[in-house]
Amino acid sequence: MSTETFVVNPVRLRLRMVRDHAMVGLCVLALAAAVVPLVWILWDVMAIGAANLSWAFLTELPGPPTVGGGGWANAIVGSAVVVGMAMLMGVPVGVGAGIYMSEYGDNVLGRATRFLSEVLAGIPSIVAGVVAYGLIVVTMGRFSAMSGAVALAILFIPVVAITTQEALRLIPRDQREASFALGMAEAPTTLRVVLPAAMGNVLTGVMIATARIAGETAPLLFTAFNNRFWMEGLDQPTATIPVNIYAYAISPFPEWHDQAWAGAFVLLAIVLVSNVIARTLWARRARFMRGE
Amino acid sequence: MVEPDLRRVPGPPVEAGGAAGPGRAAGRSGVARPESGRAAAASPWAAPLSPRTETLSPLAGPLSPRRGGHRPPAPFRLRDRLVQRWFRYATGLVAALVVAVTLIVAHQLWVGSQSTWQEWGLSFLTRTEWNPVRGEFGALPFIAGTLLTSLMALAMAVPVSLGIAILLSEYAPRFVRDPLIFIVELLAAIPSVVLGLWGIFVLAPLMQSRILPAIAASPLGWLPIFGEPGPGYNLFTASVILAIMVLPIIASLSREVLLAVPLDQKEAALALGSTRWEAVQHVVLAYGRSGIFSAAILGLARALGETMAVTMTIGNRVALTFDYFEPGYSMTAIIANELREAATELHVSALVAVGLVLFCLSFVLNAAARLLVLRLGR
Repeated sequence: MSTETFVVNPVRLRLRMVRDHAMVGLCVLALAAAVVPLVWILWDVMAIGAANLSWAFLTELPGPPTVGGGGWANAIVGSAVVVGMAMLMGVPVGVGAGIYMSEYGDNVLGRATRFLSEVLAGIPSIVAGVVAYGLIVVTMGRFSAMSGAVALAILFIPVVAITTQEALRLIPRDQREASFALGMAEAPTTLRVVLPAAMGNVLTGVMIATARIAGETAPLLFTAFNNRFWMEGLDQPTATIPVNIYAYAISPFPEWHDQAWAGAFVLLAIVLVSNVIARTLWARRARFMRGE
Repeated sequence: MVEPDLRRVPGPPVEAGGAAGPGRAAGRSGVARPESGRAAAASPWAAPLSPRTETLSPLAGPLSPRRGGHRPPAPFRLRDRLVQRWFRYATGLVAALVVAVTLIVAHQLWVGSQSTWQEWGLSFLTRTEWNPVRGEFGALPFIAGTLLTSLMALAMAVPVSLGIAILLSEYAPRFVRDPLIFIVELLAAIPSVVLGLWGIFVLAPLMQSRILPAIAASPLGWLPIFGEPGPGYNLFTASVILAIMVLPIIASLSREVLLAVPLDQKEAALALGSTRWEAVQHVVLAYGRSGIFSAAILGLARALGETMAVTMTIGNRVALTFDYFEPGYSMTAIIANELREAATELHVSALVAVGLVLFCLSFVLNAAARLLVLRLGR
C-alpha cells in the first residue's frame, strides 16, 4: 500500500493567506464607508446646529423671513402634542396586541396579528399619512393635529406590538409555571408576574417607537400641516419640528436655513438620546435574562 | 426522577445504536441500549433545543412553539375566572384592532383611488404624462424614479453592509464588536428629514462640484446610466442618501443571518485547512445566502418607501429618465409635494393611487422576505 503525502504548495498557501487578510481589509473598509457618513452628518448637525441654537429658538414664535430671530417654540410644543396623542392611542393597543401575540397567540387571530403587524411596520410612512388624510382631513375639511396623531399612531402600533411580544418572550417559561404551581390563573400570571418582569423591555420598545415617530415628517406634511402661531386646538393645524425643518430647508432664506440646522440639532438630540438610553437598557436586560 | 414518557417529543422514533444519526451526542454516548431512558435522552431528537425549553413539567410540550402552550387548571373562584376570561378577550380585541387597522389602511387606499382606476385602469401605471392642470395623470416617471434610485442604493449598500456583517459576526473581537453594532444602529435612528437637510446643504453641492465630474471622468463615466454631470439634485444623489439609510438595516439583518450559521460547519471547513476567509466564503455565505437575500429585499422595501431624504435631493422633475445625473421624481416625493395642494378630486385620487402602488410593493417585498426566512428554517 502506498501512502499518499499531502504537499502544501508554499506559494499557493502564501497567496491564500494574503487573500484572507485582504478580505478582512475590505470588510474594515466597508465599515469605514458606513461610519464616515455617520460621523460626518453628526458633526455637521452638531456644529452648525449648535452655532444657531439659542434660548430664543426654544421659547419664541417664528420671526418673519429675511430678518432672522424668533424661534420654534410652537413647533416644539406641537411635536410634543402630536407625538403624545399618538402614544395615547398607540400604547394600549400596541402593548395589548403584544400580550395577546405572546401569551395567547397560538391561533388564527394570533398568527394574523403577527403577520399583519409586521406588514404594517413595513409600510412606507407616507402611506400612513395618505390614509389619515383620506380618513380625517378630507372628512373634517381641514388639516389638524389630530389627523397627524392618527397617522403617527398607525406607524407606532405595530412597532410596539412586536417589541412587546419579544419582551414577553424573553421571560422564561419557568416563571409562568412557578406562578401556575402556586395556584395563580393565567390572567393574573400575565399581569402580575410576566408583565412586571418584562416591563423594562416593554417600555424600551415604546421608547424606540416614540423616537421613530418623533422624527417622522412625511405623514405630517398633509395632516398636521404647519402653523406660524401657537396651535389653537387639536382640530387645528400645528407646526412640528420635522415639518419645520423641511419647510425651512427648502425656503429661499439663508436665515431660515440656519434655523433648520438648529431644529435638526434639537430633533437629533431627542431621537438619539432616547435611542441610546433605550438600547443600552434593552441590551443589559437581555444579557441578564440570558443569565450572563 | 423523570419518566421517559413525559419527555416524549414529536420526531422520528429513536432506534438502537443512535441510528437517528446526525448528532454528536448520540455518537459520544457510545453504544446505546434501546430500552434505556438515558439513551433516549442522549439522542439528538430527544435533546431539547436549548436549556430554556427543557422542562420537567408534563403540562408543557418541550417543543411547543407557544409560551403559554399549556392550560393551567381553571381557577375555582368565580371572580378569578371572570378576570381570566375578560383579560383574554380584551387583549384579543386589541389584537383584532391591529388587524382592523391594516385592513382600514388597505381599504382607504383602494377607495380613495377609485376615480383614477376608473379613468385609466392599469394603464395609469404605464402613462408618462402628469399634468394636474389638464387633469392628465400617469405614474410611470415616479415608478421608474423610485425603482432606479432604490436599486442603485441597494447596489451600493449591499456589498458594504455584507462586509460589515461579516466583520462583526466573524472577525471582530467582542470589545470592538458591541460598540460597532451600537454605532451602526445609531445610523438607522437618524430621522430621514435630517439626512435630507444634510443632503441639500452638504452632499448636493459636493456632488455638483466634485463627485459627479470625477465619476464622469473615471471609467464608470462610460456606463450608459451616467450622462453629463449637471446640478447636484439628481437620481444619483438621492441614491447615495438612500444607500446611507438602508445600510444599517441590511447590515444588522444579515449579521443575524450569519450568526445563525451552525458553528460545526464553520469548524469543519477550518479543520479541512481552509483559511478564515475561505470558511466565510464557502460555508457562511453559502449557508446564509437566502437570509442575506431576504435582508436585501427588506432593505429594498425600506428604500422604496423613504420620503423626505429623497424628496429633498432627487430634483423633483417629472420626466422619464434613465440617466442618473439628471433630476427625477419618486413616488413618495410626488405625494409629499402635491397632496397638500391637490385641488381636484382626480388629482387627489391619482396621488392616493400612487400610495396604493407603494403599499402593494412594500407588502409584496415584506411578505417575500418573510417567506424566504421561513424557508431558511429559523
